[in-house]
Parts: sequence; structure tokens; C-alpha cells
Amino acid sequence: MAFVDYYKILGVSKTATEKEIKTAYRKLARKYHPDLNPDNKEAEIKFKEINEANEVLRDPKNRKKYDAYGKDWKHGEEYEKAKQQQQRQSQRQSSQQGFSNEEYSDFFESMFGGGGRETFSQGRSPKYKGQDYNAELHLNLKDVYTSQQQILTVNGKKIRLTIPAGVENGQVIKIKGKGGVGINAGPNGDLYIKFIIDNQTQFKRVGNNLYQNIDLDLYKAILGGEITVDTFIGKVKLKIKPETQNESKVKLKGKGFPIYKKEGKFGDLIITYHIKTPIKLSEKEIELFKKLQKIRA
Amino acid sequence: MMNEKRLVSIQTLCSHYNIEISFVDALNQMGLIHIEIIEQNHYVHQDQISDLEKIIRLHNELNMNLEGIDVVFNLLEKERKLRNELNVLRNRLKLYEND
Repeated sequence: MAFVDYYKILGVSKTATEKEIKTAYRKLARKYHPDLNPDNKEAEIKFKEINEANEVLRDPKNRKKYDAYGKDWKHGEEYEKAKQQQQRQSQRQSSQQGFSNEEYSDFFESMFGGGGRETFSQGRSPKYKGQDYNAELHLNLKDVYTSQQQILTVNGKKIRLTIPAGVENGQVIKIKGKGGVGINAGPNGDLYIKFIIDNQTQFKRVGNNLYQNIDLDLYKAILGGEITVDTFIGKVKLKIKPETQNESKVKLKGKGFPIYKKEGKFGDLIITYHIKTPIKLSEKEIELFKKLQKIRA
Repeated sequence: MMNEKRLVSIQTLCSHYNIEISFVDALNQMGLIHIEIIEQNHYVHQDQISDLEKIIRLHNELNMNLEGIDVVFNLLEKERKLRNELNVLRNRLKLYEND
């Protein structure tokens, strides 16, 4: 358990007045408040730290206790043991002001325990929704082509999750009520899952459309013909128009990626032709190309 | 048509969050939440509850006045749209990066 320098966290000196502490806390709280920093884990941690520092330093009794403990920190082991024993004896009470146990550092828990928070309660407390949780789920592109069920373990609880086909890379979905437990019997928080989708296929995905480059030999490009191309779910035959140009595109309607939450609807597959010029020509080929050149001229 | 079952009465909200009716009225006047009136009863749709909770937290924990909260909400909405746009652009950029 590491010593936590609450003065440093609030950026005030050890001789700071109550007013200076309050001002420093308010300034930092405005900067790091989770409602003003959505999806910012760093800010969330910082906000918990400054709250904890404020809880201790704003109360003269707790501050005095903290200062004494801080001074004897290097020899504080015995003090700590005594505190822990005291804690075991005292009945732990839940937070009265919207902070769950895990929002305090071990240092705080050791020093003030559950009872320490009684100091901070302010009469009738409102009910608040529990903490929202954020999680990341890594999937392959192939995984999200079809809807699938996954079981996630979040804070020791198993959550059965249906991932709809077509979910986007970076997309966040909310699962209501699967976050932290509500405060003072308030509703539970929500679970936000961010999908990180790894694409190891030959297709590139933009929204619901898939893109693929296809090499086309010069003769098929000039004379036309038929080729077989891969789509996400199998091969299809494709007619090549005569005089197909390099970088020209064809759209295979409905052969793209499933559209999120629109069952049976798909984006398109866009194929770009890259015409391959023949190399290592034989003398006869060169002769014939020269003839063609003359005809064109 | 909005389902009445998904509406929460103002009285319930005030008692649940320990706030005054006048506070909810002020939020309605500022356009921060929308109050539905059905047969002279005032309700808030449940989709707005998370916004209401956010407002209460900003008001109580950061001493923000309603004008400040309104500004914050507008900026957060702008930030959300920009983050979405950034996400779409990042995904699009990947398309060219691997070429």
C-alpha cells in the first residue's frame, strides 16, 4: 500500500487554508469531472483521487489525523496494524455520498475505513445511478459478419451479450443496468462496450461496403471475358467488359457487409481492377505489339 | 406515439433525487429537459433521466448554474459528433494506409 500525498494531488501546500483547499478541489473537479470527460479513464482516475484528497483535507479532524500519519509514514507499520484491527472491529457502513468502496485507495480505506465516510455524510442523500463501466471487446471482421452470442465477465459477473452483425470498428454499445450498483438504492449504472475490430481479410471495410482490388490480365481487360472473384461468403463469377480500363470499378450489390441492426440488408462489394501488363515478352509478342501499335497510330 | 408507461412523473423524480419541483421547471424552461403534460400531470420521458442525473451532478458537485450546464451540454454534444466523425475518418484512413 503506497502513501498517498493528498496535498500534492490537490496542488496545495501543507499549510493551505480550508479556503485554498476548497478552491483547489473545485478547480480540479471542474477539469476532471466524469460528466465532462466521457470515455476518459485517465480523468476518471484523477477525479477519484482529487475527491479522496478533498474528503480528507476538507475536514479538520481527518486532516489532522492524515498529517500525523503522513509525518510518521516511514514508521507507520504498527499504526497501520492497529488501524486495521480497529477497522475489523468497527461495523463498516456504506458510502453516504455516492462513492462506492472501490473509489477509495487502499491508503484511504486503511486510514479511515468505512467509518471515515460518516464524517462526509450530509443528511438525506439522493439516490444516484451506479457507476458506468467501460470495456473493450476485440473481434475479427469475420466474427461480426453474423450476429453472435458472447459471454463476458465484467467485475466477476457473467453477462450474455448478443453482438449484432455489422457492428463497426470503434462503435460503442450500451448495456443498460450492467454497470456499478446504484447508490442509495438508485438504479444500476450501464456497461459501455467498445468494439475493436481487427481485419485480417483481403477486403477493406468502409461502413457497410467492402472493397477489394483484383488483378486483371491485359488480354481480358482488352477483349473481355469471365473471372471468378472472392466475396465475403464465397466465390462469384464476374463478366469482364471488353476495353476495361485500369482502376475501373464494379459494384456487386448486396455482397458487402451486413447493415447493423437491419437484418437481411447488406452493403456492396466494390471491386477495383488493376490491369497487369505482361512482362518478359517473347520476340514474337513484341513484334505483334509493334504491329498493333502501328495500327493504332 | 410516446408510450405513457415510459414516462416518469415529476413528483416521483423529485422525491427520488431529492430535488425541488421548481428546479425541474427551471430545467424545462431552459430547454435542458422536456416535460410532457398529460391530463394536467407532468412527466419526463425515461430517456431523459440520464441527462437529468448528469444535470443534478454538475449542479451539486461543481456548483454549476443552469446556463453553464446548458453550455456544457452543447459542447459535449459537439465533442460527441466530432469523436464520431474522427472514428469514421480513422476507419477510412486505414483503407489508404495499407495500400
